[in-house]
Amino acid sequence: MEQLMQQVVSGLANGAIYACVALALVMIFVSTDHINFAQGEMAMFSTYIAWQLMQWGAGFWPAFFIAIAVSFVGGLTIERVILRPLHTAPVLSIVVVFIGLLAICNSIAGSVWSYLIKEFPSPFPKDTFGLAGLIGPHQFGVVLVTIVVLSLLFVFFRFTPLGLAMRAAAQNPVSARLAGVRVDWMLALGWGLAAAVGAVAGTMVAHIVYLDPNMMGGILLYAFAGALLGGISNPGGAVLGGFMVGVLENLVAFIGNAIEKSFGVYIIGNGEKLTVALIIVITVLTVKPSGLFGRVVVKRV
Amino acid sequence: MATTETAAAADAVARQAATAEPPARAAAVKPWVWAVVAVAFVLPLLKFVIPGVISDYRLFVISTMMIAAIAVLGLNLLTGFNGQISLGHGAFYAVGAYTAAVMLDKISWMPDYYFLTIPAAAVMCFVVGYLFGLPALRLEGHYLALATFALALAVPQLLKYKWLEGLTGGVQGVVLLKPSPPFGLPLSEDQWLYYYILVIMVALYFIAFNILRGRNGRAMMAIRDHQMAADTMGIDTAQYKTVTFGISAAYTGIAGALSASAIAYVAPDSFGFFLSISLLIGLVVGGVASLAGSIIGGVFTVLVQNSAQALSKFVKNDLGLPFDLSAYAVYGILLLILMYVMPLGIAGGIVMAWRRLRG
Amino acid sequence: MTTVLEVKDLKAYYGQTQALHGVSFELLEGGITTLLGANGAGKTTTLRAICNMVRTEGDVVFQGRSIRGQATESIVRLGFAHVPEGRGTFTTLTVDENLRIAAYTRSDKAAVKRDLDMVFEYFPRLRERIQQQAGTLSGGEQQMLAISRALMLGPRVMLLDEPSFGLAPLIVQEIFRIMRRINTEAKCSMLLVEQNAALALDLADHAYVLETGRVVMSGPSDVVKNDENIRKSYLGY
Repeated sequence: MEQLMQQVVSGLANGAIYACVALALVMIFVSTDHINFAQGEMAMFSTYIAWQLMQWGAGFWPAFFIAIAVSFVGGLTIERVILRPLHTAPVLSIVVVFIGLLAICNSIAGSVWSYLIKEFPSPFPKDTFGLAGLIGPHQFGVVLVTIVVLSLLFVFFRFTPLGLAMRAAAQNPVSARLAGVRVDWMLALGWGLAAAVGAVAGTMVAHIVYLDPNMMGGILLYAFAGALLGGISNPGGAVLGGFMVGVLENLVAFIGNAIEKSFGVYIIGNGEKLTVALIIVITVLTVKPSGLFGRVVVKRV
Repeated sequence: MATTETAAAADAVARQAATAEPPARAAAVKPWVWAVVAVAFVLPLLKFVIPGVISDYRLFVISTMMIAAIAVLGLNLLTGFNGQISLGHGAFYAVGAYTAAVMLDKISWMPDYYFLTIPAAAVMCFVVGYLFGLPALRLEGHYLALATFALALAVPQLLKYKWLEGLTGGVQGVVLLKPSPPFGLPLSEDQWLYYYILVIMVALYFIAFNILRGRNGRAMMAIRDHQMAADTMGIDTAQYKTVTFGISAAYTGIAGALSASAIAYVAPDSFGFFLSISLLIGLVVGGVASLAGSIIGGVFTVLVQNSAQALSKFVKNDLGLPFDLSAYAVYGILLLILMYVMPLGIAGGIVMAWRRLRG
Repeated sequence: MTTVLEVKDLKAYYGQTQALHGVSFELLEGGITTLLGANGAGKTTTLRAICNMVRTEGDVVFQGRSIRGQATESIVRLGFAHVPEGRGTFTTLTVDENLRIAAYTRSDKAAVKRDLDMVFEYFPRLRERIQQQAGTLSGGEQQMLAISRALMLGPRVMLLDEPSFGLAPLIVQEIFRIMRRINTEAKCSMLLVEQNAALALDLADHAYVLETGRVVMSGPSDVVKNDENIRKSYLGY
């Protein structure tokens, strides 16, 4: 029982990461209807920036915040320079561009920092942090940081005029323009914020999964699963979905483990993580495409 | 709102129409196609004329290009001609390769009848593709891309699944033998492989060409251009889409099976996301919805992969830049550039340039 | 009276298709001009062209200065309020947020507060629904919201695209009554596009009749209204 609790709680820590990436995906999706396949690699790149800054002598938190700022500017630039000309392009072109971005981020990181796995420090004090036995200090810190970031974003979108303008631009770009909102900049800003949130996820998870150019592959897939489960058009739902798949992932491994122990039959374990994510993605997409908390979107033809 | 959308849609349709034109206009096989096929058949014999140019290794490289072309053709049938985006065709390639590998490995008499692995892989992949096509029916555009993206990431892991280890050899993979020439033909292994693959490729292209120029092909493209309109014209869109998914998977699966024979080795990690991206770039570079383009695409992916090392050396030593230029990086940069410069791919670009030249 | 908006030889295109073939008209300061015509005559396109929402040629002069080629957002900031076809509600935002986003470009908080009070005076029903999601409002309420959003921009010129569309006659009357008040009290010139010609001619002082992207007839409203030929051939009542 205690083990089960542990699995659930540590699932929440993973879920926090998924929630961040899922939120980043949703931010771009609601405003452009694009699914950013490069989100994970962008986050990985941000994490390398933080790592590099620390190599140059910066402390964790300064590196963390600088990496976030750089990512914000980077995301903004990518939207303005690369995606802006493609606003009316067919879906295939846009998907291809995202895959191109993914490949570029991955290979640049590989060539600049090599594909060797690197350790990434944790900023959270080992002794005083965490709840004894239930959750480790780093995991506890991750959940905390995530909650802070998500709350800040919530306040920003809910209570500031700029946040309102971004929501308006995402919801009805034509009307937003007619209200004097510079919609193109709102999209770019959305990209910047998404990249920044991704940077938070990357720098938080790197201590757990270690730093390497392929570190975000599985995480991105789980973030997709979370975003879809919660409803890819609903930021709150996507965050919840992220936490849910985090817990689900651990539960599946736990149950698989339990079955193996009691019956001696291996059915499912850590090796099938991505398959589990695949099943979630396809099931949600086919059974309930709007997700658990999403709105049903009626498509114009 | 409505009108801008209509305008954008009209633009998109116009673009797609432009890409669709070559196969639609080609009522019969053009003479230059026969010429190319004839040259391809004579090529190994040129060894006796220009032995320095035609080597077994080069023939092998061309063989891998043909395999890639078949795989890209498979993806093109689905994405280019039917409008269903797949980022996970590497998965079907893997299924085809493993079907062949397991048969060759586990059935003692199979290595003598290795050509049977081709129909087996085709059937297997058709079934898998058809089944995947069922949920895909409810998805389109970005969502389908997402589902197939997930498939591409998950497949290498699935191949390592403990219960399949007995068949797939787990992480180690399966080592095979190259097929040897039959009837005591005086050919080297690579020469024989070349003919074996060439014959299959020509056959597959012939079939694809005939599907596309007929009623079924028109239905496939109608669905791509406007599914609802196709629906109202009485086309069974669901049936067409799933069957296209199956056929597409079968093509790519055959390529996988051929690669298992050609490389004589399969392992899960050679079927990662990179493979799916290779197919995608083959599609985009060659030309979406272009049969000839699929060959260009296949040739191109192999060229990039084979010359990546040389390219990287060139960048490092000759240009003095402190970077590795992997095939992955080349792919990424090309994908971006192509989308801006040549959205119709190389084949489409040539057709466009040709039309412009002729006024 | 001076001219606040002058449109000269305006052409508009959707892709390759030309929708306007050189439309010219003017709107007087404090006046209400209506554009009439059948479906597809180019009325909506004219409004879109003024705000540069379609590809256009020709000139649009606002208070003596050409605004052609400026981005829609910038034109709006100059003092144009476009109430679009289909009302353009931000359906997932609340009524309050819908109104606040309209005042996004204004920094004078006191004036915004004043305008908000004015809106609630015109449309007390919106005050009752202030926290409701705008997508759940009835059609008439959404139209009121759309006009209110336009008012919150503090505009010099309002471009109204079929405010009567899909509404019950009583609601239409109420909305037109309030539009008249807005015109006089808020000193806002109006360019009104309407299918319901009788209603529009009652409200407007000038009328232009469009047919397939061209102005075929124009004049003071009462003249147009009383000319039986025009009525029968173009307005169909």
